[in-house]
Amino acid sequence: MFSWDLLANAVVAGLLLGGFYAAVSLGISLIFGLLDIANIAQPAFLILGSYAAYVMNEAYGLDPILTGILFTPVFYLLGALVYRVYYGSFERRGEESLRGLVFFFGVLFIIEVSLSLKYGVDYRLVQTGYTGKSIEFGGVGIAFRYLVPCVVGVAMTIALYLFLGRTFYGRAIMAVSQDQGALRLMGADPVQIKTIAFGIGIAAASLSGALLISIAPVIPSTDRDYIGRMFAITVLGGMGSIGGTLVAAVILGVVESLMSTFFGPSWSLAVSFGILLAALAVRPAGLFGR
Amino acid sequence: MNRPRALIGIVVATLVLIAAVGLIPVARAADPIRIGLGMALTGGLSANGKPALLAMQIWKDEINKKGGLLGRPVELIYYDDQTNPATVPGIYTKLLDVDKVDLVVSGYGTNLIAPLMPIAIERKLTVIGVFGLANNEKYKYPNYFQISPTGPDPATSTATGFFELAAKQTPKPQTVAIVGADAEYPQTALVGAREIIKHHGFKTVYDKTYPPSTVDYTPIVRAIKATNPDILFVASYPPDSVGMLRAAHEVGLQPKIMGGGMVGLQFTTIMNSMGSKLNGIVNYDYWVPEKTMMFPGIAEFFKEYQPRATKEGVDTLGYYLPPYAYAAMQILGDAVTTTKGLDQQKIADHIRSHEFSTIVGKVKFGKNGEWAKGRTLMVQYQKVQDGNIEQFRQPGKKPVLYPEELKSGNIIYPYSAALK
Repeated sequence: MFSWDLLANAVVAGLLLGGFYAAVSLGISLIFGLLDIANIAQPAFLILGSYAAYVMNEAYGLDPILTGILFTPVFYLLGALVYRVYYGSFERRGEESLRGLVFFFGVLFIIEVSLSLKYGVDYRLVQTGYTGKSIEFGGVGIAFRYLVPCVVGVAMTIALYLFLGRTFYGRAIMAVSQDQGALRLMGADPVQIKTIAFGIGIAAASLSGALLISIAPVIPSTDRDYIGRMFAITVLGGMGSIGGTLVAAVILGVVESLMSTFFGPSWSLAVSFGILLAALAVRPAGLFGR
Repeated sequence: MNRPRALIGIVVATLVLIAAVGLIPVARAADPIRIGLGMALTGGLSANGKPALLAMQIWKDEINKKGGLLGRPVELIYYDDQTNPATVPGIYTKLLDVDKVDLVVSGYGTNLIAPLMPIAIERKLTVIGVFGLANNEKYKYPNYFQISPTGPDPATSTATGFFELAAKQTPKPQTVAIVGADAEYPQTALVGAREIIKHHGFKTVYDKTYPPSTVDYTPIVRAIKATNPDILFVASYPPDSVGMLRAAHEVGLQPKIMGGGMVGLQFTTIMNSMGSKLNGIVNYDYWVPEKTMMFPGIAEFFKEYQPRATKEGVDTLGYYLPPYAYAAMQILGDAVTTTKGLDQQKIADHIRSHEFSTIVGKVKFGKNGEWAKGRTLMVQYQKVQDGNIEQFRQPGKKPVLYPEELKSGNIIYPYSAALK
């Protein structure tokens, strides 16, 4: 069944999917990769972002991506609040490892159940002007439904990369991930910096959740499908490496797409995670890990 | 024996007898009849579990308004099984041993009915299953009954009508692609499809499965398109049904007939969101508002169900599962009333040997507790417009093409013609 057309289409579809995966994983890359906080509730915030996009689309006809951008301050504040509770209850007492994990499990279930109670459990999806449209370049079809999330995902990655490398607060976040004690000696407050970083990580979920619902239907428990992928991409890319997250996401996307096209879609996830294991065996810190 | 002592003896004996009778747990007229169940109120199947529970509650409310069963009110005791089969044994043990329910019904779906089967067999319970696919195939437990109209051979129930319709078209399609999720229902449906394909002599050009958590369906659809099939049979759950359909439109996949076993396209929110993209799809269904499907009581049921569903945020139209969940309770209630008691065996014997008039029509159970004669419909989405939920309340948008006795419209063939 091999043809160059199919191969080119599979690679392009994989690249687009990778861009979306990057958008979905950026928040966890920041929170888990840089701050070492196992925020298992990140996918629930992602779905919260999807529902925000759905509600605004139903009520005012707003484009999901616009909603995603508009809601980032709200999600930032929510993230900052969650981190403060987590810090006050666990991290300050040095009990963050196991009890913190349980805390985030709790947050995940609270978000899931709250969404179920408020919006029911029907599948929700959003139709945009570009859903269902595609363009073709020399036999390679590009669906806007994936192109737009990919472009937004890459833009988010570049923005976060520049923020972390070029701004005062970004560098402070990098510093807090490397040596909190040293940062404190310089007169900065690590808790304040971590609050900002956590808030940004959750704010990213607002936008990536909006991307998700423009691709596929969502119910409150859809978050569980993304836990594995998010953490796998973060670990494969290298803990704390934003560029690595994009590369890992693209690798997973392209592998999934190639497997789906040529060898049967059943193998796609197994092979993707096989690559993760192989990569970690060779480079335990991930592809671009510190 | 002197008379005063004999009198005292009689009085004491009477008092002891009265006290003893008082200790025996005899059901009084006011004691409710308890019906227990676990139901998917959260998790993956909750989009169907909640409407099913609502339908059962409507039945309970109506029967209580009429004075209950056997002159006793009916109470539903339910727990959320979280769409997690591991919770089912615990839920039913609690229902039976702690809540002391009189009767049980199953939760929604094959995976949640499977763990109930050993408990039902061990405790000799009568169970009506709510939309389980071939759960009793292995056990052949005589007191299990299943309410979805898949018929005596559930595995082939979706494929039979779909491929029969395909085989009748001129020119007859030759090649077929089949695809489905790696999950219980799609796998069973695909096994059935392969059997029917062989029967009709079609040539299979694509036969693959995909993981249920797949995000992008375009590579799969593109691979199918490369094989250029005349027929595409899809066995999918709601997210993949939407994913496959959107990808088919983006890639321009247009076999001559497409659909079959796509779960989710019957749900209100999905029908409303997908709109005109549904046109041409030939898919299974269980109830549609066509003239041939207007059984006694169904209109009244929807009059009660739809406002309550809107209020509770569950499937607003509720055509897929709720009427059948209600019918399951109708059958159970009928059996209790007719047998004048709560004896599990008598109830089962009655259900097995009688035909019931329900809001989904006449129901008679046969082999393995499935409907004696299958009645899985094949409908085609026709002239569906975007963003108009009201259109689905009227006949004509999903005419019944199969079976012949319920037919209410003609197929638009090939698929591309229905897109115009």
